[in-house]
Amino acid sequence: VKLTIAVPRGALFGGTLDLLDTLGIDTAEVRSNDRKLLFADAGIVTMRPSDVPTYVEHGSADIGITGKDVLLEQSQRNVYELLDLRYGRCRMVVAAGAGDPIGSALRRLGRVRIATKYPRVAARHFADTGRQAEIVEVKGSVELAPLTGLVDGIVDLTATGRTLEENGLRVVEEIGECTARLIANPVAHKLKAEQIDRVVERIRSG
Amino acid sequence: VSNSIPPGTRDVLPEEMRELRAISSGIRATFEDAGYGEVHTPALEYEEVLRRGEERAAGARYRTFDEQGDVLALRSDMTIPIARVVATRYADVEPPLRFCYFAHAWRAIERGVGEPREFLQGGLELIGAEGPEGDAEIVSLTIEALDAVGLRRHRIGIGDGSLYRTLLHELEVPEDRHMPLLECLSRRDLVGLERVVSDLPVRELLVELPSLRGGPEVLQRAEGLRALHELLEERGVADRVIFDLGLVRELGYYTGAVFEVYDPAVGFALGGGGRYDELLGRFGRELPACGIALDLQRVHQAVAAEEALA
Repeated sequence: VKLTIAVPRGALFGGTLDLLDTLGIDTAEVRSNDRKLLFADAGIVTMRPSDVPTYVEHGSADIGITGKDVLLEQSQRNVYELLDLRYGRCRMVVAAGAGDPIGSALRRLGRVRIATKYPRVAARHFADTGRQAEIVEVKGSVELAPLTGLVDGIVDLTATGRTLEENGLRVVEEIGECTARLIANPVAHKLKAEQIDRVVERIRSG
Repeated sequence: VSNSIPPGTRDVLPEEMRELRAISSGIRATFEDAGYGEVHTPALEYEEVLRRGEERAAGARYRTFDEQGDVLALRSDMTIPIARVVATRYADVEPPLRFCYFAHAWRAIERGVGEPREFLQGGLELIGAEGPEGDAEIVSLTIEALDAVGLRRHRIGIGDGSLYRTLLHELEVPEDRHMPLLECLSRRDLVGLERVVSDLPVRELLVELPSLRGGPEVLQRAEGLRALHELLEERGVADRVIFDLGLVRELGYYTGAVFEVYDPAVGFALGGGGRYDELLGRFGRELPACGIALDLQRVHQAVAAEEALA
């Protein structure tokens, strides 16, 4: 029985294909064809990282790779988080412009406005630290939101901090570190235990 | 006025109803033949009574007040109501008692779209039979019932609900670690688990145990399940079960073996259950018991998915 693997396109794509190579999975076709989505021979389906938990939870893929940021945001998903794959390292941060717009909003207005692509993570972080936050969900470049006065700060993922810097933002709080994770469907985890354990073993020892 | 129905509920039309009926008839016949009489209990119970069974009323979410101001709740499973029936209507009847049911239960939608608020369960309760004999009967009957509806590749996952907790005490893991560890386990977060135990001398065992699953070879640490395996072998269904030392069930009343039902055509469990030796005592009749509930709409999905693959 072959495993179906959900592979994230985007920032984790290269690292993930390199990892699959070390497992002896032929990724040549996946590398050469960036329009095709399903590669039946290799057992690979490619998708946005945030869709990986959906496919794995449903069992359309047995295992998958996605960022911890995605898993934090979709913490209600019923999937096993099996391994920290250690690549794709990023930080989930609160960032804001010059001065102290977040502190000042909290002092004067009692609440802060935060733009993010990670509304649950952001809401949880501010709730856990006892601060009233109004979360504004945006789909595109989050850095734009504070520049236009839409919000006082943002919660976002950053690797180098370059994009933040170029938009006049700086990190004011760190929420956590995120890396790529191997996840599994709970039923496949039992019914395809041997194949999944073999993948885990190989990655651990490699 | 909008004509919608609450998300997570559904209207069942004749075509689906016919198929669903066929499935419940097949399962009911298997259960009845094995001596499990069908019972029905009220959809509404006193919340206080449900709470006696489990502190969170087994997840019952829909509450209302009656004329006296007492809190009524829509039941979220049938196990607690049947425990109540046994303690009241069967107070003097010699065990073992065998009951089956086909009934709706209600839970809140917690995880987002597509989750049912109202679901149809078909299940078994075997009261007054000790594990592992009782457990073996429930497991093999469940396998047989799913055979009767046309599934062929289904498996039952079997774990021990108290195993990890016992291990934490045996290994003298500091008390303040227990909750975070058990939370990681129930979230199925093995990366988090590894992190929580990283500085403990017994970390390897604590990390390894929850990922042990397979045949009887994984039972070295789970003595209690070894006898169950032997009984399942005698019943000829040992190859249909997967022992899974990481299996946890959310409900708080389980005390021993826990079960989950799978079919490879679908990525979700078709049902689950386990042993609950302390539940009946809370209603005034101390008897060991175990049971299982199948989600009939999920069984239906599995039957349809298997047909599509064939």
